[in-house]
Amino acid sequence: MKIEILGGGCANCTKLYESARKAVSDSGKKATIVKVTDYSEIASYGVMRTPALVIDGDIKSEGRVPTVDEIKKML
Amino acid sequence: MDAFEQLGSWVVNGVFGVAAGSRASDVAVYFVADVTKIFLLLSVMVFLISIVRTFITPQKVKKWLGGRKEGVGNVLAALLGVPTPFCSCSAVPLFIGFVEAGVPLGVTFSFLISAPLVNEVAAVLLLGLFGWKVAALYIGSGLVIAVLAGVLIGRLNLESEVEEFVRKVRSKKQDEKSTAWQGRLDFAKAETVDILKRVGPYILFGVGIGALIHGLAPVGFLSDIAGRDNPLAVPVAVLIGVPLYSNAAGTIPIVQALMAKGMALGTALAFMMSVTALSLPEMIILRKVLKPKLLALFIVILAVSFVAVGLLFNALPLGLG
Repeated sequence: MKIEILGGGCANCTKLYESARKAVSDSGKKATIVKVTDYSEIASYGVMRTPALVIDGDIKSEGRVPTVDEIKKML
Repeated sequence: MDAFEQLGSWVVNGVFGVAAGSRASDVAVYFVADVTKIFLLLSVMVFLISIVRTFITPQKVKKWLGGRKEGVGNVLAALLGVPTPFCSCSAVPLFIGFVEAGVPLGVTFSFLISAPLVNEVAAVLLLGLFGWKVAALYIGSGLVIAVLAGVLIGRLNLESEVEEFVRKVRSKKQDEKSTAWQGRLDFAKAETVDILKRVGPYILFGVGIGALIHGLAPVGFLSDIAGRDNPLAVPVAVLIGVPLYSNAAGTIPIVQALMAKGMALGTALAFMMSVTALSLPEMIILRKVLKPKLLALFIVILAVSFVAVGLLFNALPLGLG
């Protein structure tokens, strides 16, 4: 599974990254988490609000930081 | 004395036993009354606006504004900027998305100006602290500035002043999932908590400073330097506001206290607009998509507009200040 955190490095992006990491380790699933900080790349996903959470190419949330439990359900 | 002041004096004089009428009591009552009023109004308003937001996503706004002409497009963009969530960190992806969808540059700017300048947090604070007349003046002139500045930027044909990479972005089509009512309410609840948490510290800080000014500064101490007879006060207020990084939540309570001490209405409006719409971090972020010339022009046009609004309202005999 590939998890991408889209965001130009704002405070919420870091928060989302941490939540995603915790959700992955809690669920025991195998996943790689990468940060996407390049704006043209972020925009190419069609995302207009950061931070956004993308799992295997699917936009799961944008413009907010979902809770760890929410992310676990998305995995 | 309104209900909030009664609550304030009950807490301060009753529960904490501070002697009524003392300076400390004045400051504390003012603080408790304003903080309660603002948080109550804000919770209700943010919740309602958040429900509206689930219907107006940036993806839809992009579609509605794509290919719009000058005029209608600018007015629509300015109005849509009001309920649309905006955080300066989203300015860049939003800008790229708009350009890609064929939204004209001037229309995009109308949106980019209105979104941070006119929003529900500012509206609530103005309504709660100044009353509906000042709130309407602020929102009305904010929208007019967004429309006019957007039209002006559109007419200057500055498309070449947008960074090249912006035009090369091609995004994947994103299907919009329809949301059920339960989802909208959940979103609104989460959003309300999130926004209150985010602006809460600013409000406490702003009202705290405001309360100190209210209780300690002599009445009318600003009349000479920031009153309506000093034409220099407005540009100076705008200049001071640009580098200040705050939002409506922290600024408006301070400005309200300053107005009570003699700052003129126009000067106050110009200062609030400058602090909320022109901030250094946002400019640094926008520099990623705008070349220096367009960015500089954007700043100058806004600063001049705010000065104009300030001078206009100082000259009008409104009898509100």
